Amino acid sequence: MIVPRHYKEIPQRYRLQGNRCKACGRVFLPPRKICPCGSEDLEDYNLSWKGKILTFTIIRVPPAQFKYQKPYAVAVVELEGGGTIQCQVTDTPLEEIEIGKEVEIVFRKILSEGEAGIHCYGYKCRVV
Amino acid sequence: MRDVAVIGVGMTKFGELWWQNLRELYVEAALEAIKDAGVDHLDSMYVGCMTSGLFCAQEHLASLMADYLGQKHISAYRIESACASSGLAFRLGFIEVASGMSDIVLVGGVEKMHTGADATYCLASAADQDYEAFHGNTFPGLYALIARAHMAKYGTTREQMAAVAVKNHYNGSMNPKAQFQMKIDKETVLNATPVADPLGLFDCSPVTDGAAAAILCPVELAKKYTDTIIKVIGSGAATSTIAVHQRDDITFLDAVYQSGKKAYEMAGIGPKDIDLAEVHDCFTIAEICDIEALGFCEVGQGGPFSEAGNTALDGKIPINTSGGLKSKGHPVGATGVAQIVELVEQLRGTAGERQVKNARRGLAQNMGGSGGSSVVHILEVQ
Ligand SMILES: [Zn+2]
Repeated sequence: MIVPRHYKEIPQRYRLQGNRCKACGRVFLPPRKICPCGSEDLEDYNLSWKGKILTFTIIRVPPAQFKYQKPYAVAVVELEGGGTIQCQVTDTPLEEIEIGKEVEIVFRKILSEGEAGIHCYGYKCRVV
Repeated sequence: MRDVAVIGVGMTKFGELWWQNLRELYVEAALEAIKDAGVDHLDSMYVGCMTSGLFCAQEHLASLMADYLGQKHISAYRIESACASSGLAFRLGFIEVASGMSDIVLVGGVEKMHTGADATYCLASAADQDYEAFHGNTFPGLYALIARAHMAKYGTTREQMAAVAVKNHYNGSMNPKAQFQMKIDKETVLNATPVADPLGLFDCSPVTDGAAAAILCPVELAKKYTDTIIKVIGSGAATSTIAVHQRDDITFLDAVYQSGKKAYEMAGIGPKDIDLAEVHDCFTIAEICDIEALGFCEVGQGGPFSEAGNTALDGKIPINTSGGLKSKGHPVGATGVAQIVELVEQLRGTAGERQVKNARRGLAQNMGGSGGSSVVHILEVQ
């Protein structure tokens, strides 16, 4: 079951609510208690909804849960002001996705679970 | 710390083995290793397995496997570190013998993947479930992210990646235990069904059932069982960021680098002193990244280095003489010890058609997930 676990991740998935290390400046999503630099001095930080594509792939053989979405793109996005995320690229023809392209984060349904089809929402990105 | 030797190895045929279940696979490999070593008892056992819970709804493998091996009162442990599970099991067995706690230790690995379960889903549990898999990424997808970044940064080409698959299939064609004992050409790789761009089906290791096992004991005791002493001269393990997107450099597998560095330092040697290596080629790009991180070529040059034939059986540093995960098969929890099985055969000089001449030192590198963990061992024939 994803849904009960999804509930806990909602601040991250709906608002990109992460945190930032005050010692070295690294930004994390999800938030961490301790930075790899050793500091435990982290402050709440909402990541930017703008960024650029560092790398991407087009998934043609998805897990069963995503079978109705194929083919779809998944990218690593570096956000303005720090932090990197992995998410789907939506609203963009697959052939227009390239490394370095600017994207904006959008709120979308990610998947529906089980026979009841409960929706789980979160972030995707689209090329601007 | 005592010196430790590998005195026996065993391995099932790798493949789509619908007629063998989890326990049968493990026991077959374990019995072969016990007979190969000639030992009459075990003090302890480590079972590497990634996800028997998802594939077979079976956990508690320490008990199950010891029971069916007729060893029900030994101390036994199940070790999990995704695809590096049995590499890590080997390391723990090594530590137990080296420490003096036990003399005869069996280290094994097993995975039963053809069970009707959704393999793509099961394997994605080695990724960051909530921040990678949740977004629909898959294992081929994670390595595809690495591949495209490597292509952009270093100019690595699909042809160079294809050369890895062609070479590994050539080696695997001479391995009677390999899942796919056929040679392939570059066009087959390049024209294969796309799985996760830029990776196609022939860039990916297959879904495999299988098991492998090895027997460890102190070098002093090994002389009682064999004249060919194969000593473990280096062992190193390291972790890294589990999620690909949180790495400082997506193209560099730093867990591989760190585990290799630890093993080289323990052995007091470097990459130039290695005669052959089994590295974790779950995808063609992984082998390219592995040989860079292990120092067999310059960082960024893994593609051209492979395409030029340096990693072939008769090349500068033969890589994956067994056929690797690509051709031999990748029963994830069994892979780490299966790599050791190949090194032992090569160092004993019993690898048949795929024998590397004058093989004295071999290295095995076993990876967990997309590089979130890695284990390296170096073996030397005395
Ligand atoms: Zn920090």
